[in-house]
Amino acid sequence: MNEPVLEFKNFGFQYNAQSKPTLYDINLTVRKGEKLLIAGPSGCGKSTLAHCINGLIPFSYRGEISGSLKLFGKETKEQSIFDISRHVGTVLQDSDGQFIGLTVAEDIAFALENDCVGEPELHQRVKQAAELVDIESHLLHAPNELSGGQKQRVSLAGVMVDDVDILLFDEPLANLDPATGKQAIELIDEIQKKTGAAVIIIEHRLEDVLHRNVDRVVLMQAGRIIADTTPAQLLSQNYLSDNGIREPLYITALKYAGVEIRPEMHPESIGTVELTEQTKEKVRAWFHAAPPAAPDPERETLLEAKDLRFAYANGHTALQQVSVSVKKGELIAIVGTNGAGKSTFSKVVCGFEHQQEGTLRFDGTDLMTLSIKERADHIGYVMQNPNQMISKTMIFDEVALGLRTRGVPEEEVTPRVEETLKICGLWPFRKWPVSALSFGQKKRVTIASILVLEPEMIILDEPTAGQDYRHYTDIMTFLEELNGRGITVVMITHDMHLMLEYAHRAVVFSQGRVIADDSSAAILTDPDVISRANLKETSLYELALRCGIGDARAFVQRFIDYEREVCRK
Amino acid sequence: MKNSPVKTIVAIGVGAALFFVLGRFVSIPSPVPNTNIATQYGLLAFMAVMFGPVAGALIGLIGHALIDFSYGWGIWWSWVIASGVFGLLVGLVSKRVKVAEGEFGKKDILVFNLAQIVAHVIAWIVVAPVLDILMYAEPVNKVFLQGAVGGASNIVTTAIIGTLLCVAYAATKPKKGSLKEEQ
Amino acid sequence: MTNIFNYIDRPSPIHRLTGATKLVCLLLWSLAAMTTYDTRFLAVLPVISIVLFRISKIRIRDVSFMLGFTAVFMVLNNVLIFLFSPQHGVGIYGTKSVLFSLGGNYAVTKEQLFYHLNLLLKYLSTIPIVLLFVCTTNPSEFAASLNRIGVKYTIAYSVALALRYIPDIQREYHEISQAQQARGVEMSKKQSLFKRLKSAAAILIPLVLSSMDRIELISNAMELRGFGKNKKRTWYMGRKFGRADILCMAFCALLFVLALALNALNGGRYWNPFI
Repeated sequence: MNEPVLEFKNFGFQYNAQSKPTLYDINLTVRKGEKLLIAGPSGCGKSTLAHCINGLIPFSYRGEISGSLKLFGKETKEQSIFDISRHVGTVLQDSDGQFIGLTVAEDIAFALENDCVGEPELHQRVKQAAELVDIESHLLHAPNELSGGQKQRVSLAGVMVDDVDILLFDEPLANLDPATGKQAIELIDEIQKKTGAAVIIIEHRLEDVLHRNVDRVVLMQAGRIIADTTPAQLLSQNYLSDNGIREPLYITALKYAGVEIRPEMHPESIGTVELTEQTKEKVRAWFHAAPPAAPDPERETLLEAKDLRFAYANGHTALQQVSVSVKKGELIAIVGTNGAGKSTFSKVVCGFEHQQEGTLRFDGTDLMTLSIKERADHIGYVMQNPNQMISKTMIFDEVALGLRTRGVPEEEVTPRVEETLKICGLWPFRKWPVSALSFGQKKRVTIASILVLEPEMIILDEPTAGQDYRHYTDIMTFLEELNGRGITVVMITHDMHLMLEYAHRAVVFSQGRVIADDSSAAILTDPDVISRANLKETSLYELALRCGIGDARAFVQRFIDYEREVCRK
Repeated sequence: MKNSPVKTIVAIGVGAALFFVLGRFVSIPSPVPNTNIATQYGLLAFMAVMFGPVAGALIGLIGHALIDFSYGWGIWWSWVIASGVFGLLVGLVSKRVKVAEGEFGKKDILVFNLAQIVAHVIAWIVVAPVLDILMYAEPVNKVFLQGAVGGASNIVTTAIIGTLLCVAYAATKPKKGSLKEEQ
Repeated sequence: MTNIFNYIDRPSPIHRLTGATKLVCLLLWSLAAMTTYDTRFLAVLPVISIVLFRISKIRIRDVSFMLGFTAVFMVLNNVLIFLFSPQHGVGIYGTKSVLFSLGGNYAVTKEQLFYHLNLLLKYLSTIPIVLLFVCTTNPSEFAASLNRIGVKYTIAYSVALALRYIPDIQREYHEISQAQQARGVEMSKKQSLFKRLKSAAAILIPLVLSSMDRIELISNAMELRGFGKNKKRTWYMGRKFGRADILCMAFCALLFVLALALNALNGGRYWNPFI
């Protein structure tokens, strides 16, 4: 066995501002060259654990440490954050925040500059690190000229340039589209093989990380480690679903079909799992037991966009020949990579930008005749980050803002706000300051502040970004409830699960055009659309193929319907 | 909360970027035709009480110099320095006004506003005109009137925007209290 | 807007000078132009500027947008000065040669016109050189240059951070402002001044609060990569001085010395042709 690089012994930590410890009794050893996944729901302490590993605790966040944490045999609390950073390289979740330099080369050079590395070594090492992550052709690019995946590569090069022994990734998949996320996991794997560094990945999207081999999965809950085992063992037990982590979809499907998951089946990924003839038969039987699908209800058209073209002032054409129609009462997803035009589309619909060509009609009215404010009476827009919308201290005032700016009399404001707070499940908190709420509750406040204007349709930008499974389910159940009340919901997202499980229909954007408009099951089983829109085929698709089910689309649909009917009751 | 040196450096950088964006793009039409009201001093006052006099001075200097650079109308050192002086002076009360710790009551609002008024008076009615006279030999009555008008309008914007920013920030800091869910 | 500072990358001898050289030259030149009101000296500087612009391959149309601002500003300032102090020149030069009277205190004098000429020359000596600096200096070199001329590297880096995050903050401002407009927040003239300020706050509060989170995140990222570890640091964009660099700095130092000498010679800041 390799030597341990990192050793937690009966380790605990309590932040100064908090009344209870965040971590208890952590015992964990990481050995040279190992690859570890740390998973757990929000608030389980996994980020705090990461801060302990890279030295931000105790050097930036003060608190009380108990027990011992050794890095290469030396207690970390007796070292400086700079000593620790020689061994541990951290790639943060927010690659914009981590991108400090004005250009790629300067950002990669950052750590070396701080170490006073001079020429010509400085340029050489930057070039080597850039080559390692395949970004050397972009050395002079500014961050806003790069995609999310490229920025992450720069972050990785920026820590690799120091020859660290441990690479720590804090939610590396959170801001990436599915295909880029898959490439990121492959890149991490290659880097580890080339350098022999130990890799620790903190992530709740288990299935995506397990795309490449992982030695161990550490599962955390409420500040404790509750499992530290191989992926095969973990997937064979019910730990995941019991602790608010989503199982890989193919595992869930196998379980629905009545298959028992055992470690010797190698269930780590859809590529490795062994399916006996008997298993396949079970899956087929489950598939064929599908009840006949209910026909889609006839719906009237609410929003009709025809042949939209939009170019920004700098000449970049963001939308071309875009035609989309949204029916009353639908819940649809708009998907595509960053820059594919999905955000621009929503901006044009809301009136933030004006198309150069094409028409937009809403319930028969030409939207061009309405101002931003007037459109907002019909179409509400909810930003991705609630902190970017909230400007009032108290929840009530925040929700009332849109009514007050419209000059609605105060005696009418109060009942309307109260009614909205009830619908949004915020009634118990009505007298609280916004700051006392969790991220998910803040999201509800922003949705409430839009709903209070009684729009017929709401557009949400990445409604579930950065949320763990439980909060994700919370938000989506809430949106479905709203949808049930007759509000048309349009979600801009690159979360494939969201699309699969909740959207009635998905519109796919690529390079400013609509390239597909169909059911989610159809889109996620169409290899051509998948590759053009940087999506990733769902593991259900492969499961269907491996079980000899020709109509993969119907299989995926069967899974979605089954989940809706059986599991959400 | 004690600010680490690195955090102060970052606050200066991000503060100057905010000052720049507000100064260049967030202009409010004023009652006087063709003039706009500067919103950036409300931000500068807020940053100065959060991060202290050195940060306040540097945010004002860097932010204002960058605005001048981007317009290409030369650097008007007299006004750049006045912005720095304003940040510095407001920063002097940062030990007294503990916005960073979530305290911003009536007394603090008073102290904050007294500080910003005094700082604006010194910056625009003393520092900027005197430097204008020394550097550019401009007429005395013109520069003082310009300073007085600018100073007065800055006092009003800082009183509103600066105070609202402090109140909003202080409210985000959790206070130990009894928040109860009510049915 | 990715290039808000209008840096124009062209192969020219001025572009090849290090950023630190250009910064030193800018400072010396500005000091020289500010020190004296010697008309002869002020008349030479704009001529040199034009030559420098030719060498740098920056064309008028590259900077026309910025020149527009400057022209408006210059005219406005001159008008204001005349309105407030029509006899300012008389005070400075000590004689009064009335050309024609406009009634009341307003008379056009030779001295006043000469003062305005000097003021104009002063603008023309200081403004184009800043423009030249902005157009020919890569923003990436700016922080390294500040550090090179003696500014502490931590402070120099905060300038680099400002340049880095201006586009991000600008975009965020734009997005927040659009979303708030949809909720009815507006800053147009239709509202009273007080309401406009409150509307501005409704946009600025989320922007500033999320920037506070950003500060925390960036400072963590910087500490994790060793910022502040040593008393010095090196710069990827830093370059060594060449011969041209030394020559340029020497020339600008000479200008400054000349300005001081002229002041001594003229017995004050003004060159007075009226006596």
